[in-house]
Amino acid sequence: MKIAIKATLITGLMATSLMSAFTGHADQSKGLELAKLRKQADSGWQDSQATLTMELKNAAGDTSLRKLRIKSLEVNNDGDKGLTIFDTPRDVKGTAFLNHSHAAKPDDQWLYLPALKRVKRIASRNKSGPFMGSEFAYEDLSSFELEKYTFHFIEETTLGDQGVYLIEQVPVDRYSGYTKQRVWLAKSHYQPLKVEFYDRKNALLKTLELKDYQKYLEKFWRANTLVMNNVQTQKATTLTTTKLKFKTGLEVNDFNKASLKRAR
Amino acid sequence: MKLTALCGCATLFALSHTAHAESWQQSGEVQIQQRGFFQKSPHSDKAPKHWQGAFMVEPLWQKVTESSLTSVKLFGRIDSHDKARTHWDIRELSYLTYWGDYEFKIGIDKVFWGVTESQHLVDVINQTDSVEGFDGEDKLGQPMVQFKAIKEIGTFDFWLLPYFRARTLASTEGRLALPTPLQDAQYESSNEQHTLDFAIRYSHTIEDWDIGVSYFNGTNREPYLQHSLSGITPFYAQMWQLGTDIQGVFGDWLLKFEAIHRDSLESHFAMTTGFEYTQVGIFDTAMDLGWIAEYSFSEQENAINQNDVFVGWRLAFNDMDGYEVLFGLNQDLDSQHTFSAKLEASGRLGENWKWQIDAWAFASNNLSEPLFIFKDEDFVEASLSYYF
Repeated sequence: MKIAIKATLITGLMATSLMSAFTGHADQSKGLELAKLRKQADSGWQDSQATLTMELKNAAGDTSLRKLRIKSLEVNNDGDKGLTIFDTPRDVKGTAFLNHSHAAKPDDQWLYLPALKRVKRIASRNKSGPFMGSEFAYEDLSSFELEKYTFHFIEETTLGDQGVYLIEQVPVDRYSGYTKQRVWLAKSHYQPLKVEFYDRKNALLKTLELKDYQKYLEKFWRANTLVMNNVQTQKATTLTTTKLKFKTGLEVNDFNKASLKRAR
Repeated sequence: MKLTALCGCATLFALSHTAHAESWQQSGEVQIQQRGFFQKSPHSDKAPKHWQGAFMVEPLWQKVTESSLTSVKLFGRIDSHDKARTHWDIRELSYLTYWGDYEFKIGIDKVFWGVTESQHLVDVINQTDSVEGFDGEDKLGQPMVQFKAIKEIGTFDFWLLPYFRARTLASTEGRLALPTPLQDAQYESSNEQHTLDFAIRYSHTIEDWDIGVSYFNGTNREPYLQHSLSGITPFYAQMWQLGTDIQGVFGDWLLKFEAIHRDSLESHFAMTTGFEYTQVGIFDTAMDLGWIAEYSFSEQENAINQNDVFVGWRLAFNDMDGYEVLFGLNQDLDSQHTFSAKLEASGRLGENWKWQIDAWAFASNNLSEPLFIFKDEDFVEASLSYYF
């Protein structure tokens, strides 16, 4: 009798674990499929030049405004290239940040310090660190690549009045500051409306809201307002795109160390 | 001199040529600074006992077009005591144009080579403006013609450097000065400052490695200090130098190496090697703590870093005001009581103001060490800057 119970228990356990393995597989393939649709919907823009403002807010409600410009180049079969130029605060005016995102390995990053005329390499681990004292980490601003995560589809639901897919994505890179991200993808254009970031202790760290979506070149949906709230420190950063142009003729030689030195 | 004039004319032509179309952007810095010394100068009664103040201004004008960048950066400092520290300079007056894989620059500018933090061995294009700061990071503008080619196999740079700038050195009316009065500089070249130096550099990024190889031929930027009864005469010899700088990035680690072979009045080898390790988000905060350790060796016996270890910590608060603190210690391994320490702290006050506090301490009980003359020059320097 005892043996029989044990046997049933074991079979039961095996069945459930098998089932969860099966559904887990289905979740993964559906998650990846949606991530592919997300990537696909935002492919073919070639290059862009954006002017942005970044408002930093601390827990006491004090704010500070930064102005920056970002040049981006789409790279097929690898991560995109980005060049960020800071216009304010005035003491860092002319500081420029070059990022070569990679799909499967850590990004290559350099910082140009105009006062010293020096280009400094940034250690790959710094990706989890804050970008310019903001609530955005360097990795939050890196390009979205399928190889960077494993995806799990959670459910179809609504966010406000919009139909969304909820996906969980786990970073592959061990230097990532996150154990997982929960992403709400709009059913209408497959771009994220909200992201939750979980820290290394698997506790909710930040929530990102992506708002004011606008369609560019009749195809590409981009959020003009990104609000990152740190739920642990009550600090917040709002990144607002004030100007955005696509297909401006940027080339790969606008994204090397020499162009970093002359970026203004 | 002809070349310098030519250089200046070409720059002015380029400036006037681009003077239409797009507008100039103006920015810059105005700074007040106060130094406090703990002991009175051991060398001179004319030097300030404790307090030395200064006012500095550094305006910058830039014009950007699709294919060029024009920069004018002037600099001036007025010191309360030291006539040698009251000086002005053209930091930049340059026209840069680029097309495809190439860049061409003419005018006055600054060039930085290297990867290490405790000293910059390979970096020899610009003269050090040593009255500006004790760390040697400040440089005088250098007239140059530069051509750059960025190719698949790496980046090639070529410089022609007409005119030589002598190093600024504090006078005995100021602090951090040499012990006896400075005499006029002397030169090995009969052309004195009107020499034509040249340099080439190859650099490349291969996966996780940044590598550079450089060659320089011209006037040695570092003066030989010749002592006589009437004072100290800086002597600028000719030299050639072959240098290399290598940096590898591995996760949290940056590995660094710089080495030179320099053939001047004497021939010597020198190197600096070490690492920078960054702990991101220490104590569950947004702060980063960087650990720096570097070892320096030189065959030159009177070099400051002849057999020395540097250890440093850099704490970045990553906050709205960009607070940063750096502490560094340089220990001579041949002379236990010879070391220097520095503490740097800085932060922003609102959008346009920035404060910085630097403190230096020096120790040496060995008369033959170059640091010995600074042993009573411990100081704290507070600066307040307005950026416009």
